[in-house]
Amino acid sequence: MTGAPQGRPQGGPVPLPMPKFAAAARPALADTGARRNLRGATAVLRERAAAASGEPADWAELREAGRAIGEAALRDLDVHLEELERAVTEAGGTVHWAVDAAEARRVVTGLVRAAGATEVVRAASLAVREAGVDAALARMGVAVRETALADLAVRLGEDEPSHLLSAAAHRDRAQIRELFRRGMPAAGAGLPDDPQALAAAARAHLREPFLRAGVAITGANFLVAESGTAVVVESEGNARMCVTLPETLICVAGIDKVVPTWDDMEVFLQLLPRSSTGDRMTPYVSSWTGVTPGDGPRAFHLVLLDNGRTRALADEVGRAALRCIRCSACLNVCPVYERTGGRPYGPVYPGPIGAILTPQLRGVEGAAAASLPYASTLCGACADVCPVKIDIPDVLVHLRGKVVESRRRRPVPTPEMVLMRGLAWTMGDPRRHEAAVRRGTRWARLLSRGGRIRRLPGLLGAWTEARDLPAPPAETFRSWWNGRRP
Amino acid sequence: MRVALSVACFDDALFPDAGRAVTVLLERLGHEVVFPPGQTCCGQIHWSAGYHREAADLARAYTAAFAGGDVVVATSASCAAAVRDAYPRIARAARDPGLARAAEGLAVYELTEFLVDVLGVTDVGAYFPHRVTYHPSCRSLRALRAGDRPLRLLRAVGGIDLVELPNAEECCGFGGAFAMKNADVSVAMVADKVRHIRGTGADVVCAVDDSCLAHIGGALSRLRAGVRTLHLAEILASAGPS
Repeated sequence: MTGAPQGRPQGGPVPLPMPKFAAAARPALADTGARRNLRGATAVLRERAAAASGEPADWAELREAGRAIGEAALRDLDVHLEELERAVTEAGGTVHWAVDAAEARRVVTGLVRAAGATEVVRAASLAVREAGVDAALARMGVAVRETALADLAVRLGEDEPSHLLSAAAHRDRAQIRELFRRGMPAAGAGLPDDPQALAAAARAHLREPFLRAGVAITGANFLVAESGTAVVVESEGNARMCVTLPETLICVAGIDKVVPTWDDMEVFLQLLPRSSTGDRMTPYVSSWTGVTPGDGPRAFHLVLLDNGRTRALADEVGRAALRCIRCSACLNVCPVYERTGGRPYGPVYPGPIGAILTPQLRGVEGAAAASLPYASTLCGACADVCPVKIDIPDVLVHLRGKVVESRRRRPVPTPEMVLMRGLAWTMGDPRRHEAAVRRGTRWARLLSRGGRIRRLPGLLGAWTEARDLPAPPAETFRSWWNGRRP
Repeated sequence: MRVALSVACFDDALFPDAGRAVTVLLERLGHEVVFPPGQTCCGQIHWSAGYHREAADLARAYTAAFAGGDVVVATSASCAAAVRDAYPRIARAARDPGLARAAEGLAVYELTEFLVDVLGVTDVGAYFPHRVTYHPSCRSLRALRAGDRPLRLLRAVGGIDLVELPNAEECCGFGGAFAMKNADVSVAMVADKVRHIRGTGADVVCAVDDSCLAHIGGALSRLRAGVRTLHLAEILASAGPS
């Protein structure tokens, strides 16, 4: 990942390379069109979610219930997973355990090969993306048909998703029309750019692949342990086609998607639609359990992905991130995400949730994953809207602590480490502190012109790239106070 | 009432007027102000940057410096939030229940909470004939839940032309180390904050956190925008023409 040179994936547990957040943010900030589109998309979703979550009188209790159910499910995750496996097996399905991305790829490619398929239809799935399944299938010559409209647009544009919910949030309608016109010759040159026409074009384009595909690959929003059911929540109906039409259904999901009982779904199916799209109920909620003769897929495979989740689970602060139900509310209120979009956060999980999830799944040893906990001002807007009450700023600060601890083990300290430890040593004693402040302010006044400092040296220079600093006054508060009280 | 003044480390060096204004204001309201000399920094800088061992040392020193039993009033909402919101977490990370107990024993308030909730005043007898807009800092808004207390105090100021700041609740982009580590995003954020401030036509933007004001003011100054930043206490301390 991070130590490796940028380029094509090398295989192994980490599918895609990524640069540090600050470096990746620079081109994102310069993409003015994408910023305008994202600003618009997040504002609409933000307002819709605010309105929808304001409706139920018991919203605070629902959030608390979501937190409690998620926390309890994770506490006994091993028990629930075994129950899930039993229930899936009893219903005629097969459970596959994938300890990492490479194993998930092996399992999925093996199943596709065994089914003799040269083409699969796929519904949007973060776990599939995390495991790098698409690239693995492409390498063995299998065509992967993206069936969600936004993902189709991203695929046709050969770019990366920018949003958890709506992968093409950085595109406008005119751009999507262009992509569809080029990628779907049957849509015709006169394809208009209104959403209905674009959806109709995608529907026509996908109809044949849906009808002929022998294998579908989907994710799951929830896995109900007591019945062995995969629950998929979506707006377009493409995932429902995927779970019902093909002969073989492969569902790839993280082990953190388990909820113990159907009673728990009552809470999540209120929290998720209202927090994500701002709907009272999502248009399509599909639940699929095992195999039923004469109805739907003949084979149902559930691939359970760990890929760092067990490690995250062992961290009593960090594990809160595993409660996430992927609603994207935190993205839509995040002032950082709104300006950078999803790509600087790495290839899978964007926004504040990505900033706490990715470093835990990948570890903080690499520079890129270690930069993610710092990609936040800790403003707290995300924690206020999270439907399962993940205290994202708390986890961010906790992970920053892990980053610093891992850096402490290095033989040569970083300049930042030297600065921060020196500062703490100075502040550890009031006399030392006062003398340092006196020296520091005198030195800073030498750098100033007309009451302002326009260029600071070293690590602090990043501040004065675009911001002044006022020249420190000759008298500190402490010296004023001491002069005032004899 | 005797009040122990907690002056943020950057206020001490860069914005001493904030501490002076709090002192003048509280004395004008008839209270005694003391400045515990053992204080340096609350440790928030180190905590939020990930230097948790150092933060625990500084937090222990802070609680010792303010252990006298007086009510503590902080010049910066983020320092008050550090003690109330972060110290239990710092204690958790350091596995130091003594620190958690010491933090719990401190009654730390940000200035507007102290004025409105403890003293029960909103009209402090200030006079400030300028067009002013108020930026609610993230810590005052979402850690302390200061609500409309600052605005109630400002509305009672004589001569003031208080104008609402659009998108007020969006972060200015400071975020401590964020302003340096992610300078480009930070500047993109403050650019929008500055745009909203200038749109109000205010000549003064105030807040209860000089760290945010250093950021906003730094951008305004670089642009020669003709808007100055003031700690809210400086406005409240401005005496009227008697």
